Amino acid sequence: MDRNHLLAMLRDMLRARAFEEAAAQSYAQGDIAGFLHLYPGEEAVAVGVLHASEPGDYIVSTYREHVHALVRGIPARALMAELFGKKTGVSSGLGGSMHLFDRERRFLGGYAIVGETFPIALGAAYAVAYRRLPEAVICFFGDGAVNQGTFHESLNMAALWKLPIFFVCENNHYQIGTEIHRHSALTDVYKRACAYGIPAEQVDGMDVLAVHGAAQRALDRVRSGDGPQFLELTTYRYRGHSMADPGTYRPAAELKAYEAADPIAAAIHEFSFQYPSGQLPQDCLQRFTEHCCTAGQVDEAAIARLRQEVQAEMDDARQFAKESPAPSLEDAWAALTRNHRLEILMEGVGA
Amino acid sequence: MSEWLYWQALNRALDAELAADDSVFTLGEDVGLYGGTYRVTEGLLAKYGEWRVRDTPISENSFTGLGVGAAMLGLRPVVEIMTVNFALLAMDAIVNMAAKIPFMSGGQFPMGLTLRMPGGVAKQLGAQHSQRLEAMFMGVPGLRMVVPSTPQDAYWQLRQAIRSDDPVIVLEHELLYFSKGEVDEGASAPPIHQALLRREGRDLTCIAYSRMVQLTLLAAEELAKEGIEMAVIDLRSLSPIDWKTCADSVNSTHRCLIVEEDCQFAGAGAELAATLQEQCFYLLDAPIGRVAGLPIPTPFNGDLEAASIPRVEDIVQAARKQLGQSKGVSR
Repeated sequence: MDRNHLLAMLRDMLRARAFEEAAAQSYAQGDIAGFLHLYPGEEAVAVGVLHASEPGDYIVSTYREHVHALVRGIPARALMAELFGKKTGVSSGLGGSMHLFDRERRFLGGYAIVGETFPIALGAAYAVAYRRLPEAVICFFGDGAVNQGTFHESLNMAALWKLPIFFVCENNHYQIGTEIHRHSALTDVYKRACAYGIPAEQVDGMDVLAVHGAAQRALDRVRSGDGPQFLELTTYRYRGHSMADPGTYRPAAELKAYEAADPIAAAIHEFSFQYPSGQLPQDCLQRFTEHCCTAGQVDEAAIARLRQEVQAEMDDARQFAKESPAPSLEDAWAALTRNHRLEILMEGVGA
Repeated sequence: MSEWLYWQALNRALDAELAADDSVFTLGEDVGLYGGTYRVTEGLLAKYGEWRVRDTPISENSFTGLGVGAAMLGLRPVVEIMTVNFALLAMDAIVNMAAKIPFMSGGQFPMGLTLRMPGGVAKQLGAQHSQRLEAMFMGVPGLRMVVPSTPQDAYWQLRQAIRSDDPVIVLEHELLYFSKGEVDEGASAPPIHQALLRREGRDLTCIAYSRMVQLTLLAAEELAKEGIEMAVIDLRSLSPIDWKTCADSVNSTHRCLIVEEDCQFAGAGAELAATLQEQCFYLLDAPIGRVAGLPIPTPFNGDLEAASIPRVEDIVQAARKQLGQSKGVSR
């Protein structure tokens, strides 16, 4: 991988972390309401996978999708404004944190009902195959989603018709507050794909380079017509399920980490929970930063500059969101009826 | 102009849209090789191939969701759900996805999705296969629903539904598939949600939809023999509802009777009665009446099944009651 690509990935990981921390601050200040599901800890997954994707690919994501959207190229301003419920948001303030959509960037949405990303990806991939295009559909989901019926229904159809879907499981080991060994009979999620004859692999989701390499291989196979591919990425979220979740079900060391000034650094040093590998997961961001430094790609000063730029971008996004206007009820009605176009529903009633 | 069966009208409408637009495809259980449970997709697989006429596994939620995802990319999927009862397994795809995505995305994504499904009480299919459920879909903003009662409407409304960029449910009726009617393919269609006055009448207005329109027209014949002239409105659409056609008629007859096969409690008739009394209150001579299915799961026994939904005689009686008479009338 060349230096520019490495730096682009590092930059996106820093942006991802900074965006989510900025969102958390805005939530704490009351600028963001409702549910807010944050991504810190899992950045290597989104960055590794999406840096292996093409602009022609489609992305389907969950309610923890800010970072997928950000790395996909949606401006931080439009994303933050959506979290604030503003008209300038990517979904015009009508979707919110869990429903980010961007047709132009082929971002097919964040879905807030667990297991919905499978059939949406299935349909998008059907349309791609129907038109015989060399595009792929990337379907994100968590370990909790694999116990929904749609997982099995959709994997079956994807394999049956050899649809171009790349299934990406972000296994953070918790479905909301229930740890994987208490919700799944089989804790190696990738093994479930074998039931449908879909090639599957389990990769360390805290290692962005490993994620990127595996995603690249899988996407190559999808694009060459080999049918669906499946990748399980083992990862961890440092925060609770959502901002409303104190995370009391998790080890005390984690809670202590939240209280620390720098939760990430604290988490790295104080984790004591049983990670599947038996070792503490090193923060993916710190790990990748160290890798880049050791390999001589960047130095501490360059990283400090990068952090400053990224922080400025997120400060600007918050400012933009705060100052943006709210959507009106007219905007809401317009969104609901936009698809009518010139269609006449009945005499005397406008289209 | 020729005489077609209801299923043939649907079949030809689908055929015409598949031929006219490459982005149209249909999928569902047994729609391909088998030709559709009610023959609606007969002959289409041979003509259009498996990518456009797709047999699916029995996975309602995911193949309906497949339609949603494909519609987001601009295709026009026609999803056949074998019966409305199975749509309950696809409610997440219908309610949480199809109805919400165009709106939640700020209007970015079209949803040219058509959902075909038959409902209604047929012939002793048991409680799980005899539901109507239209009131459930009426309660979901973002969904539209048409309820054709004739082969001509089935033909027009399916074609219009497929061409729409909104999600449209085409609620068919199991007992209508083999009913006959004139179909003029060349005639220009009324707007998809326009209600139609099927029979003129000065004494009262009866509003019905789907199979109940046929029964209501028979009841109107009976009543005419007694000198009661009952106007019959075929709603043709339950979401949205053509209030103007309904209110214009009720305002001229001053009496309104609503006939629905679905259960009365919180049903389509409740919405009709509530809104029409708001619009027509000062011109009504009697409270709006309702004839509806009983609030019980459909019994298997044939006699009980028949008694659980409106019959022609029930409509005749209710119309007489509207006019303040329990028997024949002389005016």
